[in-house]
Amino acid sequence: MRDFEFHAPKSLTEVYGLLEQHGEDARVISGGTGLINMMKQDLIAVDHLVSLQNLPNLKSIDLKNGRIELGGLVTQQEVATSDVVAKNIPLLTETYKEVATVRVRNAATVGGGVSHGDPAQDPPTALLVLNADIHISSSKGSRTQSARDGWFIDYYETNVQPGEVVTGVSIPVPNKNSKFQYTKFLPRTADDYATVSVAAQSLMEGDTVSEISLSLGAVNTTPILASGIASILVGKKPTAALIKEAAETVRNEVAPTPDFRGSAEYKTDMAVVFTRRTLASILGIG
Amino acid sequence: MTEQASLNTVKVNVNGKDYSADVPARRTLVDFLRYDLGLTGTKEACSVGVCGVCTVEVNGVITSSCITLAIQVDGAKLTTIEGVADGDTLHPLQDAFMNHGGFQCGICTPGQIMASRALLEQNSDPSEDEIKDWMMGNLCRCTGYYGIITSIQKAGEVIRLGK
Repeated sequence: MRDFEFHAPKSLTEVYGLLEQHGEDARVISGGTGLINMMKQDLIAVDHLVSLQNLPNLKSIDLKNGRIELGGLVTQQEVATSDVVAKNIPLLTETYKEVATVRVRNAATVGGGVSHGDPAQDPPTALLVLNADIHISSSKGSRTQSARDGWFIDYYETNVQPGEVVTGVSIPVPNKNSKFQYTKFLPRTADDYATVSVAAQSLMEGDTVSEISLSLGAVNTTPILASGIASILVGKKPTAALIKEAAETVRNEVAPTPDFRGSAEYKTDMAVVFTRRTLASILGIG
Repeated sequence: MTEQASLNTVKVNVNGKDYSADVPARRTLVDFLRYDLGLTGTKEACSVGVCGVCTVEVNGVITSSCITLAIQVDGAKLTTIEGVADGDTLHPLQDAFMNHGGFQCGICTPGQIMASRALLEQNSDPSEDEIKDWMMGNLCRCTGYYGIITSIQKAGEVIRLGK
């Protein structure tokens, strides 16, 4: 790893100052589980690391106005083990507890994860399905962007701009009758990245589907929200044939990278298969 | 980047003892422990946070010291494998790993002990599935895992029953 200067300011104002001063030579670090690995492999080089570790805030999990508010510096293990999260948005618990291992989750943060933009990471699939908002701030002020609104741009590229810090993620508490599932296809080891992952949420009105959203991880340069499923299923009584038709729509939305977890063709087939199984499970079809 | 970035003073308390050393920012925690503080009980294997060999406890939670910078833990309280025994009295996990075939070559053992110690502190009676779930990030390439699982269960018994 190349050497660099390390800064650990005690306020966001100081963070913004350092980011402005050093521009693109600076990177923000929180837990560092992603960034340090990239630096060790010389995938990125930085001259200045600005650590958020000494900031006094951004470490709380709150239920406010029907939303779960996760501070940017909350660790992924804290989300995975939070009672208020499990009670209100179990899909978040399901995805955060799947991240790597407890050692990594103890260091990795909510804000770090959504900034890093790892396309195979578990929580972003839930954040897309649940229509989460991401809070960002800089010396110019604060802004909020929907995770669905182009937050995940490309392979390890997100819409956090130079000078900006992700300060939190806000997720609306879904209808109590909603059904959820996170399916992670792991043909190698239990702590591996997913070969294909699928997160989904549905709501029924009587025996017809009133809402459905589904996202996939690890099968494109970013996690993706499937766009063709709702139009096939909403307003209909779910059947095995309809679910199969809906699952087929993801075939043209995925563009997986072949690696030792499988060829692009195999991963594409698995994306369809796991989409179909996830839909069948949450819609209660054999 | 300048050829020589400045050194940073990192102060930590490891196993109850205060240490301080001046290191470059790029110094990983595992290298800091081994080369700057001389605490060579912690090992490094994969270097990318996957294998669990370098597991140490930082402010009460376990983490991978190979993907943590020493400077990130400035001011922290750490426990390493050297701090697990109580003087000459081994921790129940250390006894159990010796008595129940929990290790062979021993490279992964400091990490296995640090990770399982954190589990038993939360739950001294974990099921086999709970042990597998918690320990899945600690790889062993020679013993096989059943000796490790048995060792953890036996140590849990000792901790629960106080014997």
